[in-house]
Parts: sequence; C-alpha cells; structure tokens
Amino acid sequence: MADLAPLDIPEDGKLTANITHFARALRKAGLRIGPGRVLDAIRAVEAAGFSEKRDFYWVLHAVFVSRPEERAVFAQIFRLYWRDPRYLEHMMSLMLPAVRGVQEDRRAAAAEKRAAEALLDGVARDTPEMGEGENDEVQIEADATATISAEERLRTLDFEQMSVAEIAEAKRMIAKLELPVRPLASRRTRTDPAGRVADWRATMRQAMRRGGEMQALVTRRRRERWPNLVVLCDISGSMSQYSRMVLHFVHAVANRKGAGWAKVHAFTFGTRLTNITRHLAHRDVDAALAAAGAEAQDWQGGTRIGSCLHAFNRDWSRRVMGQGAVVILISDGLDRDPAADLSREMERLHLSARRLIWINPLLRWDGFVPKARGIAAMLPHVDSFRAGHSIASLDDLGRAIGAARDSGEKDRLMRLIGV
Amino acid sequence: MPHLPEDIHAVGRLLADENYVADRALATVVFLALKLGRPLFLEGEAGTGKTEIAKAIAAALGRRLIRLQCYEGLDAASAVCDWNFAAQMIAIRTAEAGGTADRDALRAELFTEDYLIERPLLAAMRPQPGGAPVLLIDELDRTDEPFEAFLLEALSDFQVTIPELGTIRAPEPPIVILTSNRTREVHDALKRRCLYHWVDYPTFDREMAILHARAPEATESLSREIVAFVQKLRTEDLFKKPGVAETIDWAKCLLALDVIALSPEVIADTLGAILKYQDDIAKITGSPAKKLLDEVRADLAPA
Repeated sequence: MADLAPLDIPEDGKLTANITHFARALRKAGLRIGPGRVLDAIRAVEAAGFSEKRDFYWVLHAVFVSRPEERAVFAQIFRLYWRDPRYLEHMMSLMLPAVRGVQEDRRAAAAEKRAAEALLDGVARDTPEMGEGENDEVQIEADATATISAEERLRTLDFEQMSVAEIAEAKRMIAKLELPVRPLASRRTRTDPAGRVADWRATMRQAMRRGGEMQALVTRRRRERWPNLVVLCDISGSMSQYSRMVLHFVHAVANRKGAGWAKVHAFTFGTRLTNITRHLAHRDVDAALAAAGAEAQDWQGGTRIGSCLHAFNRDWSRRVMGQGAVVILISDGLDRDPAADLSREMERLHLSARRLIWINPLLRWDGFVPKARGIAAMLPHVDSFRAGHSIASLDDLGRAIGAARDSGEKDRLMRLIGV
Repeated sequence: MPHLPEDIHAVGRLLADENYVADRALATVVFLALKLGRPLFLEGEAGTGKTEIAKAIAAALGRRLIRLQCYEGLDAASAVCDWNFAAQMIAIRTAEAGGTADRDALRAELFTEDYLIERPLLAAMRPQPGGAPVLLIDELDRTDEPFEAFLLEALSDFQVTIPELGTIRAPEPPIVILTSNRTREVHDALKRRCLYHWVDYPTFDREMAILHARAPEATESLSREIVAFVQKLRTEDLFKKPGVAETIDWAKCLLALDVIALSPEVIADTLGAILKYQDDIAKITGSPAKKLLDEVRADLAPA
C-alpha cells in the first residue's frame, strides 16, 4: 500500500461540499459512485473523526472504492483533490491523463488509432450497404434464387478470399450462427414430479393444507445451469482476417439472450493479453470491435502465445473459469516463444478448462501437417482441433460443442506427428 | 462484555490483544464497520488473513462467531433455516393416533420454533448472550449469483424472511464480515451495501510482528530470514504467491525440525509448506532457492 504524505485537509467547515465534489471527481474518473455513497462517506467521516490525517484517506477509501483496480485511481485523485480543492476545474483537465497512466500503461494515441483503423477497415465500405435498406430489399426480391446459391457458396468460401461485399454479407450470416451447448447439472434444485429427491418442506406444506394428510410426495431434481465460454483470440498479423470474423462470431454468441452460456469472456492476444469482455457488451458489433481494437494495442503484431497464455493462466483463469468453462482458442499456433513454456502453459489451461477447443485456420489446407514447433507443443493439450476459415466451419464448431466427445482433427494429426 | 472501541487506535489495540496485527488502514475500516453497523467486505489473495479478522473481532469483543462457508449452489435452506420434517411427521402421526387431529391447532404447532433448524444466517439474526454475533460469510465468490441476490435483504435490513413464520429482524444488527478471494467479481449491488477493503500482503515489519504474535518461539534471526525469504518469493513470478498463513506454517515447520537458520537444503525439504503448486515448487527448488537465499542474506546483513 502506498505510503501517503500528510495532507492538508481544508478546515473551512465546508467538508460536506468538499466530499460531494470529491465524489464527483472520482465519478468522472470512472468509479461507480451513486449519491447514496456520498451520504455514507459523510457519515463515515463524522464517525471516524479527525484524530489523524491519514485516517481520512482510509475512511473515504472504505466507502468509495469497491474493486482493487480503483485503488490507484483513488490515491491519485485524493492527493490532487485534497491538496487544494479550489483548483478543481484546472485539476480535472490535468488529472485524467495522469489517472489513465496509472490504470493501464496505455501507449500514445497514434498506436490506438492505428489499431482501431486496422480493426475497422471495411466498415466504412459496409456502412452504405447497411444504410440503404430499401434498395437491398428490392434486389433480393428480384433475384431470390441467386441469393440462396450465393449464400451457399459463401458458406464454404475462405474468409481470406472474400471480397469486401462478401465479407459484409458473411458478417450478416455469422450474426445468425449459434453455438449451442449442453447445460450442466447444478447443485440447486427445482420442483419436478419426475425428480428423485423428496422435497420435505413442500410435501409438509401440502399436507398441512389437507389437515396433515400426506397425499403425494413432492419431488425435486437438479436444476441445470449454463457453463461460461472463454474465447482466446489470436490477433497477430497472420491471423487478422480470421480473428476479425471470429470476433464477429463471438460478439453474436455473447449478445444472444437465452442461447446457453452463462457468461462469455473474450481475450485477444498477440504480443500481450487484453481482456475485451467489456466491449462485447456493445450492442453494435462495429462499435464493440472498435472499442476492443482500441484497447488491444498489438493488433496485427507478432505472436507470443506462450507468454500470453501464461498471463491468462496467472491473472484470469481462476477468475473466469471457476465454474466449468469451455475454452475456445483461436490461433494458427505460429509462436515466437520457446516451445517448452508453451507446452506447459497449454497443459495448465487444459487442466483448468472443462473443454479446450482449438480453432486453427491453417487446417483448411489439405495435407496440413502440424510441423511447426508451436503447433506440435500445443496439440496434445487440446480436446478438439478444428478449422475456422469459413462460415460452414464455424457452423460445424457449433455442432461440435454440442457433442460431448469431439476431437475434430486432433487424432489424425497426432498420428501424423507420431505421438 | 467488552464495549465497542472508541476510536481507530482502540481497534488496533483490541485486535493486537487477539494476536492479530492490523495496519492502520484495516483498523480504520473495522472501526467504521463497527461504528456505522455496516457489513465489511474484505477482498484479497488467499492467506492474507481475511477470515482471521472475523475471528479476532469476535474473540476481542466476546461475541459469538457464526460462520457461513459459501459454496456453489448454496441455497436458502442451508443458509437460513430448514424444518425438522422427521419430527413434524412424528407429531402429525402422534396427533392422529391420539385422535386429536385438529387442523388449525396442528398447523399452529408444527410451524413453530420447536421444529425449526437454524442455519447461520438465521442464527445471526437472533439475540445472543453477550451482544450481537459476528457473522462471517466466507469466500463469497464461491456462491452463485442467485445467492448473492438473496443476501441483499439480509445485509441491508438485517432481516430474513421465512415463508411459514414471516420476517425475522435482528434486534441488534450482527457484525457482518464478508470475504472473497476474487476468483469472480461480486455484484456491485452487494458491494454497495458494504465497506470495502483490499487486504494486501503485509510489509516486512508488519509480517515480522505477525510472526512474533503467532510463532513466538522462533528466534529473531530466524524470523527475519523467514519473512525476508517469503517477501522475496512474492516478487517472483509464481502461480500462487505464499500468503501470511503460509509464512506462519513454514515457521512452525522449521521450528518442529529444530532449524536455527535457513539453508538451501532445509528450504528444499520444506518448500511444500509455502508453495502449493508443483510448477511453483519446481521453479524455485535448487539454484533459484539458493540465489534467493543469498539475496536475502545480503539484504539482512547491514541491519
């Protein structure tokens, strides 16, 4: 915990107003603080008194901070604000970049812009088509058969060979794809006449309605719950076209209500790991991917799968995979890290996941042999290995997840490398 | 019955009497939680002493400690209360046999406290000798979201609702401590009702104080080596960094082996007391351990 120098707390009797302003500053910096918290803070400060100055810090800290990431932001704003609250306006303009620097060491805006552009090219070209809804309708009506056959063709077309118009159409088709999953049995139960466990509480209550006469046993059975989905998507240069399409797919899965999956977590990796789960919540897919692209600065860079998986295993796996998550790893497996580490990290990932499915676009080539060191290191540790280069293959993936035992191409390839 | 502490300083002293070494920040939030009657939400890595705080508070204030260990699928019947159905059934049959099957009387009799099995949440709402109990809701991140939502009523109004009996309200709010290892994010609605504190790994001095309190048999020089080594270990890239609990365990292990100073061999033999993952142990055993030990010795030498 940071040691704080003694701070001058203004003693002009305007503490309430000051705390309110302080809360407003925190809110601007992204902390979630409602009016109720401000009242709490004032009450807390009154309760604690002012025997020591640093207590004031911890009193406000206890009320306003509710997650570990917020501690650094709070410390910054606290120092700036209580030093001289009269300069609030001036400070707000100075503070935001400083706070951002603490939150996550973002690089210069140029890199973000480049990443966003990299992510978004094609969008500008799609937009007119999306906008001119009426024209589209007319066209489809005039040539319905052609549309169907075009759709069929598009299903099996490689993402990399698609034209801009085809990509736009493919995105629309992807948005309709599903990723069905089997529910898991939960410890919670619900009433069910065919259940196996007697519900004594309900049975008794029913009996009381009939003057204590037991008529039928009320039974319960296990409720079902949906597993989490964790997507790890390689966004390095060699993968860019595929990962963009797959992220479209992930966005569609994450935003479909009532289609299984308790929660969908998504991470991108290239040279470093980025959690983009938050951005997937944008309803608009382009806005979502633009936000994700702005956050992931390694778009179209190199690949360090081993160290990114290590970062995931260390920082996130226990947080997002606690309740039997299915993991989809999208990568071509061309890695610059030493293979020994990669193998160990894959093993760890595999051990903590309910199912680990690897989607590799390289698999689309007939006679693909997993010779690359990275691929050979990763392959033994996945449950299923599949291609992901076309809409049809993503559709297959949906079916594969539904099946309990599916290993895709893994067994064949394992024989090829002689394991 | 000891009274609630008057100020933050008193909280620190009170906890110190129970061999719990709290830093000023922690003492402040504990004081606020006691004074304002708000639940205290403690987050932090495993083994930093979150659960111990509740135990120390309960012992220091002479209150009963009621512990609700969370697990996935925890529901109201195992958290609040359940009915003793077997006893109810016998009562019904007895009434029938005695020929006094008066419906209303039976109903009134069956759903009374006599047949109620209290679980932690309900027990915490009951008046206790010696004052309101300390309710420890441990490892909240292990439950699922439905249970979190259920806790909202219990924690904001200090009351629970039992369909057959109605709402039971605590005459005096219990002292509530929630802990989480942050394996998953707890919902904001619940956090908003609580005071929040992130329990960090202690500093060198504080960890020394903790070790003194918990393993007083260890000599000064051994304690210094142990703490410095563990602190060094926490800066390594490990899957699971050792907590304070591990430091104490390790010290006790070393004492049991009559060790007076660390050596690479001793560390290799007892590493299992501080590192709990095979990967981590493999990473540290051997020359890395020796290197760390040399660094620790170098750091401690001038002191």
